[in-house]
Amino acid sequence: MKPPPFGYRAPREVGQALADIAAVGEDGKVLAGGQSLIPLLNMRLAAPGTVVDINRVAGLDTLTAGPDGVRVGALTRQARVERSEEAAAVQPLLRQALRLVAHPAIRNRGTVVGSLVHADPAAELPAVLAVLDGSVRLASVADGERDVPAREFFTGPLEVAAGPDDLAVSAFFPALPPRTGTAFHEVSRRHGDFALAGVAAVVTMRADLGLEEARVACAGVGPVPIVVDVTAEAGAGDRAAAAHTVRERIEPEDDVHAGAAYRRHLIGVLTERALAEASRRAADA
Amino acid sequence: MLVTLTVNGVRRGASVPPRRLLSDFLRHDLALTGTHVGCEHGVCGCCTVLLDGEPVRSCLTFAVTVDGREVTTVEGLARADGEMSPVQRAFAECHALQCGFCTPGFLCAVTALLRDDPAPSERQVREGISGNLCRCTGYQNIVKAVHRAADLIAEES
Repeated sequence: MKPPPFGYRAPREVGQALADIAAVGEDGKVLAGGQSLIPLLNMRLAAPGTVVDINRVAGLDTLTAGPDGVRVGALTRQARVERSEEAAAVQPLLRQALRLVAHPAIRNRGTVVGSLVHADPAAELPAVLAVLDGSVRLASVADGERDVPAREFFTGPLEVAAGPDDLAVSAFFPALPPRTGTAFHEVSRRHGDFALAGVAAVVTMRADLGLEEARVACAGVGPVPIVVDVTAEAGAGDRAAAAHTVRERIEPEDDVHAGAAYRRHLIGVLTERALAEASRRAADA
Repeated sequence: MLVTLTVNGVRRGASVPPRRLLSDFLRHDLALTGTHVGCEHGVCGCCTVLLDGEPVRSCLTFAVTVDGREVTTVEGLARADGEMSPVQRAFAECHALQCGFCTPGFLCAVTALLRDDPAPSERQVREGISGNLCRCTGYQNIVKAVHRAADLIAEES
């Protein structure tokens, strides 16, 4: 189908974008990559009065990788982050997860920040931001700029802590501590589909190669990414116990693709795989 | 709104509403019907075109958003003298199409895939075309055609 008619604004700088977003308020929708919004429009599941197209806004297509972490601007396409050696060196989980996001042609348009703001519970990038305890930088005319940590940002399925006046201008993915490894594992019906369940893991070793910290974030098994600290279980070398703890914490639901019990089973399997791979990488780091 | 694109090397423009999808802009406004529209929500990949050289879903892009940029459609893949591109020849040679509906999207996606990686592995080929659905062939001959196209490009360069 075709999108319903909408008013259109195409600001060229951030101040104008914020003014446009404030002016249209609840009736407006920000368009960046459009890989989630345009399907919703085409299927007439969304009908905003006005689309604020930020694709021409200068200064939002940034990607900076420094010792602290990776900051990704609102217009930076997923494919660019996936290909960036600098970003992969500072925060390898980004590339590990991005390879699982849809297909190359989608990643050429889709943005990292857009995926975070869309906050599909089965999407990879919200789980990545959550497990790394990253943040999203919001800006509005009324409140200026502020950083919202991931644990406060995701508030429900397709819901985030951003008001109708807010523009998410960037996201920050903190760098890994020393001797830390990451992994992202998921199971989907076909490559590129939304995952039935996914697990992002971050494991930090001590200098003596004992385990210092291990945590995972689960996608597709709750209203928001579910972060679980499994340091105690993984520290005791018992990944099966870690998987058990994670399985108890998630809230999977039945749908046409898979039952809740199967998703719970998958999360256990994926937790063990992701922890094993992240631990190997931590030992090599 | 007036939207002007460089399509297959030619500047083309039309006045369209903001909701005009790039796929419809190409087909309806510019009469370039080589780009096919299957699902119209980003799943099937039939409408894949090259935007500044990178494959994108033209059904998930508004024409106004990409005003001023360069688009290559299946009509622009052949040489100026009409000789088909190596990817197109490989698809014909390997029988990589039956009904042909999905083919324009595959040709654009594979053209970019082989430009970025002239000798992809079997896995890379399958991943590279994973965003394009074909309901006829079962994909085996499409995969063969991608490898054949890689050989043709290597031979001819």
